[in-house]
Amino acid sequence: MKRFLVWIALIGGSVFFVIPFLWTVATALKTQEEIAKDPTRLVPMQPTWENFPAAWNALPFLSFVENTVFVTLVSMTAQVITGSLVAYGFARFQFKGRDLLFMTMISTMLLPGQVTMIPVYLIWRQLGAIDTFAPLTIPAFFGGGAFSIFLLRQFFMTIPRELDEAMLIDGASYWGILWRLIVPLSGPAITTVVVFSFIGNWDSFDGPLIYLNSPENYTMSIGLRLFQDTFGTNMGQLMAASLMHIMPTIILFFAAQKYFIKGVHLSGLGGR
Amino acid sequence: MKRLADRPAFWGWLFITPWLAGFLGFTAGPMLASLWLSFYKYDLVNLEYVGLENYRRLPLDPLFWKALSNTFAYAFISVPLGVAGSLMIALLLNQKVRGIPLFRTLFYIPSLVPSVAAAILWQWVFNAENGALNLGLGFLGLPTPQWLQDERFTLPAFVLMSLWGVGGARMVIFLAGLQGISETYYEAARLDGASHRQQFWHVTLPLLSPVMFFNLVLGLIGAFQIFTQAYIMTGGGPNNASLFYAIYLFRTAFEQFKLGKASALAWVLFAILLVFTLIQFRASKKWVHYEGGEA
Repeated sequence: MKRFLVWIALIGGSVFFVIPFLWTVATALKTQEEIAKDPTRLVPMQPTWENFPAAWNALPFLSFVENTVFVTLVSMTAQVITGSLVAYGFARFQFKGRDLLFMTMISTMLLPGQVTMIPVYLIWRQLGAIDTFAPLTIPAFFGGGAFSIFLLRQFFMTIPRELDEAMLIDGASYWGILWRLIVPLSGPAITTVVVFSFIGNWDSFDGPLIYLNSPENYTMSIGLRLFQDTFGTNMGQLMAASLMHIMPTIILFFAAQKYFIKGVHLSGLGGR
Repeated sequence: MKRLADRPAFWGWLFITPWLAGFLGFTAGPMLASLWLSFYKYDLVNLEYVGLENYRRLPLDPLFWKALSNTFAYAFISVPLGVAGSLMIALLLNQKVRGIPLFRTLFYIPSLVPSVAAAILWQWVFNAENGALNLGLGFLGLPTPQWLQDERFTLPAFVLMSLWGVGGARMVIFLAGLQGISETYYEAARLDGASHRQQFWHVTLPLLSPVMFFNLVLGLIGAFQIFTQAYIMTGGGPNNASLFYAIYLFRTAFEQFKLGKASALAWVLFAILLVFTLIQFRASKKWVHYEGGEA
């Protein structure tokens, strides 16, 4: 009986959560006439792909995608590599002030971005980097943020130190230990950082909004916003354009799901 | 005397250097610069020292109070509801029934939708004439408000939308916390004759309280910075009903280029969040339970 109730709650809940998404898909596959006549139908009467090429050609979406992929891949790679370095430093070495620095790093998670936003903007402006990808990518080369460093460090701490010592005795350097032992054993944590980083960069709106001016430099998020401003009344095309923005994150999540959940779990984010 | 490279401390510092440099260059330095700038009038051309003028003038600006009250209302309604919702879903997904991995994915999907796409999608859900919400409400014979055009309903609309994301990272963190509670606690409670309800209130909830605390603190900080949804869906309107603090700050900085005033606004926001975070840390001593005794 109890199981049955849990099932009902789970099904009811997931319907509520998934319906808006399914509605986006359905609308993207409908003709303009059908949307006007019967906007809520979740299964289109005459499914059509026409909205996708129409939206794609209305604005330079190809260049939006290229820009987003570039920013995302560069930031993600930088975040994983430099984040691993920093996490390794915090996880494996004793030095004066380490714990204070670690606490400082954690507390930056509580800092609202608005406090640094304006001076950082002025720095990039001074460097002539407005309307370039530098302000969106270069910060990722500095450890990539407290959250991912924390996650990696927690995971690195669970790897037995004896393994490090065995490699040291065999003459390996710390550098070698990090890349040939620690990182390969940290698949779930690395995957989790990759997924979070990908979603974070793919999704990023205020950075591109502040820094990118010319449409040929737009990323998907502000490109989509431009599309809405320009052709917002064509719901079918708008939803098709939205879906092009949504699908990569969902595909990545499904591909990485197994590791991802495990990474969150094992990193002690459960507060234990 | 060992060589420098033989000392672990040297390597420790070397490995954390990227973060340390970034912290100084992109966080600590800009923080000080922003504090400094808040005592100036600056429009990208002229820089003029004005002392506390930027701060003194804020309370005289009706939009400042509007932005503040909107943001408080949004944060203090959406965060408790959202945390409770995430906990409920985590409790459901922690049950041993078939298909849990599928449900976990379905609940997670909304938080995979990028914020701009989510805003566009919800703008349509809230559409007064043929949005899904009003068509559903109309079908049930309920009132169908002009969600995003009627200032009385704009804030509730944003709260409702925020609840769509309760199955995301916060829920996963709760779930991990639940799965970390040792079965022995429940066995002991059952031996003492505790009912399911008693087990929840006296075992699950106390042991989950550190996670709850984490979610509340970060949730409040996040909610105070709500930006993208409002920027896209209403642009702060109608009649400033969704003028949130971050929108007000963004306009002041990047549309009016009053960079000194915007810096003062940022520090006021920071001070507010600091106070609330400290209050929560204080209060947490009364209700957050750490395994292994007093923390």
